[in-house]
Amino acid sequence: MLALNNYLILSAILFSIGTIGVLVRRNAIVIFMCIELMLNAVNLTLISFSHYLGSIDGQVFVFFIMTVAAAEAAVGLALMIAFYKNRESIDVEDVNMLKL
Amino acid sequence: METIAIPAINLAPIMPEIILSCIAMLLLLVNVFVPSESKGYLGVLSLVGLVATAASVVSGWGQPVAAFGGAVQLDNFAVFFKLIFICSAALAILISDKYVVREEINHGELYPLILFATVGMMLMACGMDLMVIFLGLEVLSISLYVLAGFNRGSLKSNEAGLKYFLLGAFSTGFLLYGMALTYGATGSTKIGNIAGFVATNPQVATNSLFVVGMLLIAVGFSFKTAAAPFHMWTPDVYEGAPTPITAFMSAGPKAAAFAAFIRVMIVAFPTLKHDWTDLLWILAVLTMTVGNIIALSQDNIKRMLAYSSIAHAGYALVGFTACNPEGVAGILFYMLSYTFMNIGAFAVIVLIGKKGEANGNVQDFAGLGQKRPLLAAILCVFLFSLAGIPPTAGFVGKFYLFSAAIKSGYIWLAIIGVLNSAASVYYYLRVMVYMYFKPSEEDFDWVGMTPAIAVCLLLCVATTLVLGVVPGTVLELAQKAVQF
Amino acid sequence: MLEYVWLIPLFPLIGVLINGLFGKKIKNEAVIGGIATLAVVGSFVVACGILFQLISMPGEERHFEKTIFTWIQSGTFKADIGFLVDPLSAVMLMVVTGVGSLIHLYSIGYMHGEEGFYRYFTYLNLFTFSMLLLVSGNNLLLMFVGWEGVGLCSYLLIGYYFHKKSAGDAGKKAFVMNRVGDFGFLLGLFTMWWFLGHNYNVWTINFRELASHADLIPAGGVATAIGLFFFLGATGKSAQIPLYTWLPDAMEGPTPVSALIHAATMVTAGVYMIGRMNFVYIKSPTALLVVACVGGATALFAATIGTAQNDIKRVLAYSTVSQLGYMFLAMGVGAFTAGIFHLMTHAFFKACLFLGSGSVIHAMHHALHHVHSDADPQDMRNMGGLRKKMPITFLTFLIATIAIAGIPGFAGFFSKDEILWQAFSNPLHGEVNIVLWAFGAVAALLTAFYMFRLVFMTFFGETKLSEKAYHHLHESPAVITIPLICLAILSVLGGYIGMPKLLGEVLGGMPNYFEHWLEPVFAYSNNYMAHSLPGAHGEHSPALEWGLMGVSVLIACCGIAFAYALYIVSPTIPEKFTSAFPALHRAVYKKWYVDEIYDFCFVNPCKALGGFLWKGFDVVVVDGIVNGVAGIVKGFSGILRYSQTGYVHNYAYGMVLGTVVIVAVYVFR
Repeated sequence: MLALNNYLILSAILFSIGTIGVLVRRNAIVIFMCIELMLNAVNLTLISFSHYLGSIDGQVFVFFIMTVAAAEAAVGLALMIAFYKNRESIDVEDVNMLKL
Repeated sequence: METIAIPAINLAPIMPEIILSCIAMLLLLVNVFVPSESKGYLGVLSLVGLVATAASVVSGWGQPVAAFGGAVQLDNFAVFFKLIFICSAALAILISDKYVVREEINHGELYPLILFATVGMMLMACGMDLMVIFLGLEVLSISLYVLAGFNRGSLKSNEAGLKYFLLGAFSTGFLLYGMALTYGATGSTKIGNIAGFVATNPQVATNSLFVVGMLLIAVGFSFKTAAAPFHMWTPDVYEGAPTPITAFMSAGPKAAAFAAFIRVMIVAFPTLKHDWTDLLWILAVLTMTVGNIIALSQDNIKRMLAYSSIAHAGYALVGFTACNPEGVAGILFYMLSYTFMNIGAFAVIVLIGKKGEANGNVQDFAGLGQKRPLLAAILCVFLFSLAGIPPTAGFVGKFYLFSAAIKSGYIWLAIIGVLNSAASVYYYLRVMVYMYFKPSEEDFDWVGMTPAIAVCLLLCVATTLVLGVVPGTVLELAQKAVQF
Repeated sequence: MLEYVWLIPLFPLIGVLINGLFGKKIKNEAVIGGIATLAVVGSFVVACGILFQLISMPGEERHFEKTIFTWIQSGTFKADIGFLVDPLSAVMLMVVTGVGSLIHLYSIGYMHGEEGFYRYFTYLNLFTFSMLLLVSGNNLLLMFVGWEGVGLCSYLLIGYYFHKKSAGDAGKKAFVMNRVGDFGFLLGLFTMWWFLGHNYNVWTINFRELASHADLIPAGGVATAIGLFFFLGATGKSAQIPLYTWLPDAMEGPTPVSALIHAATMVTAGVYMIGRMNFVYIKSPTALLVVACVGGATALFAATIGTAQNDIKRVLAYSTVSQLGYMFLAMGVGAFTAGIFHLMTHAFFKACLFLGSGSVIHAMHHALHHVHSDADPQDMRNMGGLRKKMPITFLTFLIATIAIAGIPGFAGFFSKDEILWQAFSNPLHGEVNIVLWAFGAVAALLTAFYMFRLVFMTFFGETKLSEKAYHHLHESPAVITIPLICLAILSVLGGYIGMPKLLGEVLGGMPNYFEHWLEPVFAYSNNYMAHSLPGAHGEHSPALEWGLMGVSVLIACCGIAFAYALYIVSPTIPEKFTSAFPALHRAVYKKWYVDEIYDFCFVNPCKALGGFLWKGFDVVVVDGIVNGVAGIVKGFSGILRYSQTGYVHNYAYGMVLGTVVIVAVYVFR
């Protein structure tokens, strides 16, 4: 197995990519995918720590995160569908009625 | 065959969550199978469930009881906060029936969703493991995303739900990353173990992994409590969501976020106090100031109350910055009183509102003082309490928070807090000016009071005034609750 | 009964609450007036009970303090709500409640038909409450509360007819002048408290405690300062030079108000206060000299003005100022008992005189109204010959006038003569004593003169009214005449309890009850005077005393004779006199132009300063700052709200930025 640092750097890069993706992309579904990317980067971090610390807690945590991410996906997509029905678009630039 | 040793599981500490989840699931089934148009009975049943849960919660006062290997702990702190959540859920349910019937979003799922959100909050309050706190936070957040977007026909509600979802999930990412880094630096996700590790290895405070982890956790919680600069979702989501849900959101989840925040910061990172209190100082000042200043120019009353809730989170952060028992007890007291005064104000807004979320501006309150004096007087009580004018609960809460800050030596923080309170009086009293001093053609005859809203208003006014005049008992309970 | 001393101020306070809150709804005059009067009568009954209980106690033990609760406790400053009953306060309580009850009864008839009937009685009860606090309070601060309260009620009642600008102005004048005096009172209070506390660690403002530490106050210096400060307050409250000009203007109020407040009770507060603080004054002969000189000068000065006035109430007002001067003269020569004695007798006959004048004005008003005349019902030049139409009023008025003139056998003689004798014989101030006596004697002459001038012009001679008007004159109802009769009886008999020893021996060994009664209160001062002051209280020959007594009687008779000559025998002499000395007459008539001098020196500059501060400073600077700050904050709000753009990306960007800044700050620390 590689040194811990490599895994941490990889997950940090993934996390940053996810973050930048959220900031840059306009399609709501793509934004959500970037969020999922962030969550998976966290999963990677947790698993690598779990392995190197010899503690199972990290992997248990990952299971929980994956479950929650799934539930979030379901809810998020439902919200996007509801929005699309009214607005005919899921471009977050169009999500701007509530402001100031 | 080898028998698997099943560890002894003590379910008693999480009995309230179990009861409430079961009732919520039961309500889902009942909703499907009972073919009734009006869903009011679901509200009644959920209130009954909440009462049962409260009874179970109260029985946990006294000695702390841990379970699941120390992952969950029912102590006085958790009991106090759980009661706050139950109250906020009950009050929100009381005022929701009239609203959903009027807006024609009378879907029975509203009540189970509120109950699930309450379960999530309760888990956050009693969680002693980062995983449990995260779970509670997510259960709460996901329920709230749905609740915020509950009114599928309204574009505003859709937008509120979507924004909340996107930004909430985003912040959850940060929170989780922080938790992961902390786990990595200390070797455990249990808060007690983290504290132990930090105590035995003080050099971990210089470990950048650990510090970044702690900061990211703080950022994650700051989003939920709507601290600046992570507050920007609050006005939009509060304005777009259905009014009873806004009421619920402004009280319960904020308190839950503070509960988890306090738990993690004070139990897990006590030795780094001087580090994160500086951060909190800046957060508190920014939050109070931004919330109050922008609220000055709002016309929509829900948006105004959203900014006001940002400001109130700022005041609570002042108590957090003080980081002494009085300050934390002050936060507990403040969350309790804030629940009642804010949901009370929203109850009146539900009454005054019209179909399609019309009639929601401050100007629409003109003439209420003459036509419906009792209602106007009740709203005045809440406005005075929010502004922090004696003899209301809001004043007592602010007094304790600021005096705790002064006790810790944060004189300037208290001064800024008081100045902000003074500025906030403007936008609260603006409503009163419209109610009493502006003439209007409106005769408010169509404002119909239901028994549920009447009960809610009565409870809120009574609590606000009683806590303002004799806060002693509740304050003592709060002080007992923070001895952990 | 002593335990219930707190009931005495409580009854009028209940009257205030009932009449104040519900008076507008109770339309029945009898009920409103009845409640108010019964309240004061109740206080009188309790006061009587206390008096009898005190009498039954041996001399040295005649003091009782009842503390209700501690009002202020701040560091070393402590003030209670408590009441002190001792011989001095018992006298004051009896006078205030007794005369007060009679005047409340009188008011029911006098104010009949007035709009704001309930308002009058509310204020009158409030005044009684404040005055009772003043005389029964056991510490300086509680006395000050009463002191201010009576000032307030004086303002409210003087301005009772608030539609008239002159009434409002008079009320304001009274209040402002009182306030100037109160400043002195507070300075005295603080100096007293600070001096004893700072130097001897005795931090108290309780009367008995102060008196018990009287030895700690050194002679001269501080005592003079304290005494003069308190006296400044007394000049305001009791209308002495220089703060007396409000009293004549105060006649704008209803006549019973003039009787109660400006004759019998409020204006005597200053005298009472000096009596209470006698142990301080005795340490400072300078302060006493100032008090005596001011008192004597005021007595003479006011008496001169009184001779030229034509309004019946104005004459009585200046007479009050003059008699108050006598009281201060007495206090100033160390004759504290004589001062309090004159306070009591003056209350009786002055109240009787004012109430009598009220009866006259009432009748005159009624008569003039009937013939649709615009003539002033208070101007004596419109009166004359009233004695045939108003016999009871005439008789009681005459009795009271004889008393004030100082004719033996009536109350005023005993008290006034005692004062003049003490002024002459007391060697406290050396040669100045004779001058003071001379002032007092001339003032007595003028007093007899102008009082009988009043009687002759009003009740005797040809009437100046028209036939029809004169026909409509009639005696006042019983509600009005009964108090008159009571007070007239007291004007006669009231003096006998204070008979000087000399006369007492003649009349079969009657002691001076009053002096004996007040002895414990002034014991310290009398001792001090006897032992410490040079040439104190030597033996004086009875012959000198008889002689001076005879001179007093002679002066009084001269005054009466003079008045008789000028107004009955040859009524044209006054006119010839005024046309012969027009400037002198105008000066006296215009009250020696004191009001005009005050206007020029104080009132107008103050008004100018106020106007400048208002327009120049308050509007421009203060309002500018306050509104400016609010405007700036609102401006910020308008700008900041644009941070909420509504775009998810912007919000997320904000969050990330915040996170990065926080992490960077910490990691690179």
